[in-house]
Amino acid sequence: MANPSVTRPSRPGWVAITSGVIAVVGVGVAGLLLGAAGIDRSQVVAALLDALPLIEVEHGLSEIHLNVLFQIRAPRVVLGGMVGAILAVGGASYQGVFRNPLADPYLLGVAAGAGLGATVAFAASGNAGFLAPFAFVGGMVAVAITYSLGRSVGGRTTTSLILAGVAVAAFATAIQTFILQRNSETLRQVYSWILGQLVTVGWGDVLGLLPYALVASVVMLASRRMLDVLSIGDEEASALGVNVVRFRWVVVIAATLATAAAVSVSGLIGFVGIIVPHTIRLLFGVSYRVIVPLSLLFGAAFLMAADIVARTVVAPAELPIGVVTAFFGAPFFVMVLRSMRRPG
Amino acid sequence: MILWEEISVTYGATRVLGPLSLGVEDGEWLGLIGPNGAGKSTLLKTALGAVEYEGTVSLANTRRRPGLDIAWMPQRPQMPEEMSVADYVLLGRTPHVGYLGSESETDLESVETALRKLNMIEFASRPLGTLSGGEAQRAVLARALAQEAPVLLLDEPTASLDIGHALEVLEVLDELRRTEGLTVVTAVHDLTLAGRFADRLVLLGDGIVRGDGTPSEVLTEDLLRAHYGRGVRVINDEDGPTVVPKRSND
Repeated sequence: MANPSVTRPSRPGWVAITSGVIAVVGVGVAGLLLGAAGIDRSQVVAALLDALPLIEVEHGLSEIHLNVLFQIRAPRVVLGGMVGAILAVGGASYQGVFRNPLADPYLLGVAAGAGLGATVAFAASGNAGFLAPFAFVGGMVAVAITYSLGRSVGGRTTTSLILAGVAVAAFATAIQTFILQRNSETLRQVYSWILGQLVTVGWGDVLGLLPYALVASVVMLASRRMLDVLSIGDEEASALGVNVVRFRWVVVIAATLATAAAVSVSGLIGFVGIIVPHTIRLLFGVSYRVIVPLSLLFGAAFLMAADIVARTVVAPAELPIGVVTAFFGAPFFVMVLRSMRRPG
Repeated sequence: MILWEEISVTYGATRVLGPLSLGVEDGEWLGLIGPNGAGKSTLLKTALGAVEYEGTVSLANTRRRPGLDIAWMPQRPQMPEEMSVADYVLLGRTPHVGYLGSESETDLESVETALRKLNMIEFASRPLGTLSGGEAQRAVLARALAQEAPVLLLDEPTASLDIGHALEVLEVLDELRRTEGLTVVTAVHDLTLAGRFADRLVLLGDGIVRGDGTPSEVLTEDLLRAHYGRGVRVINDEDGPTVVPKRSND
């Protein structure tokens, strides 16, 4: 009974997937080519080709330049891609499970908790090495409090969860401000972390983030069809046999865990979870079957591109990457808000 | 059959339904009537497990499987404006697909069949936001039909339909009931339409069963006046009872 009237639901087309892959590869290569060390770009291309299996190319780069390329630039580009993918797909998933176009994982206190954790790490030890684990723990503790608070006062409603997130974030920020006032010498370091940074990364950071990125990606990709089901509301989705509460928890935990891990290595980089999914909605369609996989690709490309801007626009100094994403993200956020206003 | 036993629902200190017991036979069409707030929608939601209740609801004496055994058409459905009609109706196949699966050809065929039954096939690719009230209503019903569940619970299925489309929808339901043995429970405000199609009517008032029987037994002037608070005239002929509203000065 084949009939053109009823076809398979939306999926990302080849054009969209190809565009996403080209964007990731193109921006990634651009990120490797550009940098303060002033390495000859043709030599970089030759060295990259030489690094591929079964290909040998004479590149003429010194040991130092090879180190800059493969131990400094490459992990930074890869980490930027992973963080961007996590933040974008986390934003898309939150928008799906909360049916709120402005939701992202920061909503439940990840950012504020991680910020508090980072501040405590600096104030207590003065050692930046403690920053990532403290930020991770801070983010997760804040979200755990948000969940238990939200559930205890509102049961299954998402509004109570979001309001609990607002309260927890405000409380964490208040404590953070208090600690900063008492330890003004840490202000500069904490402030720099809050603005987001991919500066001092190595392959260790990449490997540390990889399991979280993989788990989050697998869970989100597996959930994309159910996110569409949730768009008809909890009650109707339940009547279709969906365990809405359990599904929402699985998605939120996966997205939050990955975001907390990303924030702990990169600082607070805002707006990626808003800009990327909404641009995909506008360009490629509103189904989460489309939005989730494309958010992974374009989120990675977007943050790698933002990092290039951060590195080059005031070279040899660097802008915090969070400033770049906010510069583009804030106006975009307003645009999304305005588009939500119905005519008439 | 679907059986409600000693069901009651309370919100805070207020009891909004019950205690009541009610059974619907396989292939039967039960019409739930009653004034606003009588508990019709709440009774339907107890069968879905969408409200907390005391008592038991059972289906052919077995455990209900949400989505597979009961299809529900809500009174105020949430319809994502940009989703196409076909994608929306395909959501009705969710209980058959599972969490990690994807839709098969059978699922697409079920969607097409449901759309054809309701004369909605030409709307398949239209976004929901572009439909009229009646078209949207039929899209929701198509989603419920696509579930292919043996029991259909319909909350005001003809609320925003003109008389032509209302009759069309009710006749489709009647045919499905006859050909496929579906059990249908509808909450309806249009008393005449309810009497024309349902085998049996249950009048709810303040959450309690106030009348239970054939349309001729339940649609009486005295019973309706007692529970709707206004006078009506009931004309009985070979088509069944027709309920005509009376103005207070009639």
